[in-house]
Amino acid sequence: MSTSRRDFLRSSAAAAAAASLLTADRAQAAALGGRQPLWSGDSDHRELAMRAIDAARAAGASYADCRISSARSQNIGTRERRVTNIGDNETFGFGVRVMVEGTWGFAASSELSADEVARVARQAVAQARANRRAMVKPLELAPIHHPPVPNGQWRSPARIDPFTVAIEDKVAYLMEANAAALAAGARFVNSQMFFLKDEKTFASTEGTVTQQTIFRAQPGMTVTMVSADNRDFQTRQSTDIQPKGLGYEHVLDADLKRHAARWVEEAKQKLTAKPVEVGRYDLILHPTHLWLTIHEAIAHPTELDRAYGFEANYAGTSFLSPPEQMLGKFRYGPDFMNVVADRSAPGSLSACGWDDEGVAPESFHIVKNGIFVDYQTTREQAMWLDWWYKSQNMPTRSHGCSYAQTWADVQFQRMPNVNLMPGERDLVWDDLIAATENGIAIVGDGSFSIDQQRYNAQFGGQLFYEVKNGKITGMLKDVAYQIRTPEFWNAMDMIGGQRSYELGGAFGDGKGQPSQSNAVSHGCPPTRHKQVNVINTGRQA
Amino acid sequence: MSSRSLRAVARHLSRAEAEAICKRVLEFSTADECRVTINSGVRANTRFAVNQISTAGDNYNAAVSIRSVFGKKVANVTVNRLDEAALRDAVQNAERIAKLAPDDPELLPELGPQTYQDAVVWNDATASLEPDVRADAVRQITERARAAGLVSTGYLEAQAQAFAIANSKGLFAYQRSTGVAFTTTVRTEDGQGSGWAGASDNDFTRIDPRQLAERAIEKARRSVNAAAIEPGRYTVVLEPTAAANLIQLIGGALNARNADEGRSFFSKAGGGNKIGEKVVDERVTLYSNPLDPRVPANTVNGDGSPVGATTWIENGVVKNLAYDRFWAQRTGKQQSSTGGTLAMNGGTETVESMIASTQRGLLVTRFWYIRGVDPRTILFTGLTRDGTFLIENGRVTRPVKNLRYNESPIFMLNNLLAMGRPERVSASESGGPGQAIMIPAMKIRDFNFTSTSDAI
Repeated sequence: MSTSRRDFLRSSAAAAAAASLLTADRAQAAALGGRQPLWSGDSDHRELAMRAIDAARAAGASYADCRISSARSQNIGTRERRVTNIGDNETFGFGVRVMVEGTWGFAASSELSADEVARVARQAVAQARANRRAMVKPLELAPIHHPPVPNGQWRSPARIDPFTVAIEDKVAYLMEANAAALAAGARFVNSQMFFLKDEKTFASTEGTVTQQTIFRAQPGMTVTMVSADNRDFQTRQSTDIQPKGLGYEHVLDADLKRHAARWVEEAKQKLTAKPVEVGRYDLILHPTHLWLTIHEAIAHPTELDRAYGFEANYAGTSFLSPPEQMLGKFRYGPDFMNVVADRSAPGSLSACGWDDEGVAPESFHIVKNGIFVDYQTTREQAMWLDWWYKSQNMPTRSHGCSYAQTWADVQFQRMPNVNLMPGERDLVWDDLIAATENGIAIVGDGSFSIDQQRYNAQFGGQLFYEVKNGKITGMLKDVAYQIRTPEFWNAMDMIGGQRSYELGGAFGDGKGQPSQSNAVSHGCPPTRHKQVNVINTGRQA
Repeated sequence: MSSRSLRAVARHLSRAEAEAICKRVLEFSTADECRVTINSGVRANTRFAVNQISTAGDNYNAAVSIRSVFGKKVANVTVNRLDEAALRDAVQNAERIAKLAPDDPELLPELGPQTYQDAVVWNDATASLEPDVRADAVRQITERARAAGLVSTGYLEAQAQAFAIANSKGLFAYQRSTGVAFTTTVRTEDGQGSGWAGASDNDFTRIDPRQLAERAIEKARRSVNAAAIEPGRYTVVLEPTAAANLIQLIGGALNARNADEGRSFFSKAGGGNKIGEKVVDERVTLYSNPLDPRVPANTVNGDGSPVGATTWIENGVVKNLAYDRFWAQRTGKQQSSTGGTLAMNGGTETVESMIASTQRGLLVTRFWYIRGVDPRTILFTGLTRDGTFLIENGRVTRPVKNLRYNESPIFMLNNLLAMGRPERVSASESGGPGQAIMIPAMKIRDFNFTSTSDAI
């Protein structure tokens, strides 16, 4: 390496700060083609990535790609008046994926040197050759719908690089938020912030070289109240603040301090809330809650690898199988139900310029007017649906859903942002409550569990409100609802409009073996679902 | 094994290499106190789906964590580059951040040199699982499944890791560990049957791929045409994996401080914790012992303290909770932790004998999507998966559709009817080596199923 690590860090921070006003628009980035790189390591990385794919080709690979990543993350944790953890983590390395006679091989290492990238490329080829022993059908890659991108650059729309903000400012922010919670009577309060900045170089034998800088930020707080007799405790998590693909400005906008007293009040109310009576209720689900139900009961079952059995040993298969009996035929929900996938919404967690196999992601319908019409795909998987795309006069091409959590992991199909689109009428949360005679309104995500084909799910929440004759009449506790996915979406009879649409999301979307975490957002308005089965989860120890 | 013994052991830092890096970091340090920990090694895996290998790969990583302390101020920095400049930068970064941190009133001084028992968790066969050996093991399953007209999917992962810790007070420890897990789900071609088998160990030679294939194939075949049954309270015979899926949840609730603070099942009404109270059936003893060769683990903790054997529940009575150094000092207790291993005693029954003594009940292979619902009772929800059968009049009579439960391992162990011999199992849902866990098959009455699922 010609650039020392220190120089690399220093100049990358400066370059990122200088670049912080640039928009994250791919077209604009392309127009700026010849400008100075966003960070200084890239010429070395480009060279090493090219070396890796050349070594793979020389060893017999028909296709190869190399991802080099330098990821920095930071965690600050607190409880009450104390900082419990300040951690800064840098991980640096590369992974080489190769195809040899229709079989994948992958190897990765943290030692970024000319010799090591060549060794690892050869190791990946050796993996592929070993894997051929158990091959039945060789794999094929769908063509990419755009010409190779020789110098692609993309950056999350972060206004403030979190790593340029002083630690003492971050600590002071959390301590002030905790002080506000304690002043409001919190028994315990934990707060934290997490940041990621991942600088990724991708190169493939097809001539694409991209460099992207991905930011993620999540501030959060949990308030715990304990009853006077020590027999009950309740928590309120700050689920109204969702993780975003943004910088430190997301923390400032979240303003935990401003919300802390309300969260304390809500946790207190949970201690004295009325236990729910089991039965069937109309549920009104807030976007801060509904995103997780969409994640589990729409986004996961529409992953094509699941539908073909590839994840059967862990994440599971899908009730949307076999595809030929589902595509264009399965009614997911009412006519007004539209589900659209994207990796472009500003600040969303899966946003990027190119996926982890060099494909520019596209926005596409998964559910159109209530009917299931498409799966999430990668280049390998798009070929499996060739028959469907031909029948629809659509090109057979990847939707751009390839992702690997770090340099050390092989990329595979991961969900983009999967969003439930708002309805045509300008309805908001209060309108749905006002229209409901006997229901429960649920705010914030809580516990969640769903079977391996995504039929039977159970969800909790943060706050549960009894709704009688169009009004909230009190708080309930120990609420969970159980659904069968197709019935649940077909029981949706009201949906909010554009004004009530919000992004929720999470960093910890697990899939694959070894399990990898994907970060994804889900946009949605509030919805109402008729006559859903509600259970009471409170039991005496 | 001769061919295997010629193979290269997966790359990791040797004791001398790790010690040299620790020494270098400590030389760079200008802090009042400094601690270095290094994790290095290889994670190697082979995945298969639809009877062929889908992806496989290995990765080598070596990460150095530096903890710098000035007075009561502390910060941690982790990097995975080991050259001098990177290490010096990391030390300077940790020191810069630590100086900006507020005082931590709970900060304890670093430990001086400690004595550790020798860990018994390294195995050369596991550490040398190269791609072709893994592919051969996988073929033992895929070829049997294909010959049976079935579809196998699965995962083999081997880890070989070296852990080193040193501090500015002269403490040093270096330990190596291996772990391997091999799991498979075999399904019928029409998707109407599904069976799972899996194993986890630190020694790959104790895992028999052929036996895994046979178990999963048999379950896949027997699970076809499952009937729906009414949810409700059932007597269940839990195979060791299913039992471990739920019993291990107790391990996550053992934190003493949470109990003392009133936010745990182990909190006592009126204040304090439940140490000394009987919470489950008197036949139950739950413990961690890193030196047990069946479920071994490292004998050094992340802060350098030695890990020994601890009994959590003895004859149904809470004996210990997990105390970190600070909370142990504050409350005058012994420091204790699970150290990544959990084991339960057992009985003399077998799965077959427990079935034979059951009038009506369910046999469960494993549980899935296990998530906390109510920490006050360690209540979790999840579903059965890949082999759920009805027991009638002492015999397994037919497959049944999967069921969702809302249940607590505490309630389960109060409703204990019988136990088999404890077995090491693969109880992590993701199929990774996970923590070493050894649990018996068990028969439980009144297990709470709350709905049925159409998932196969």
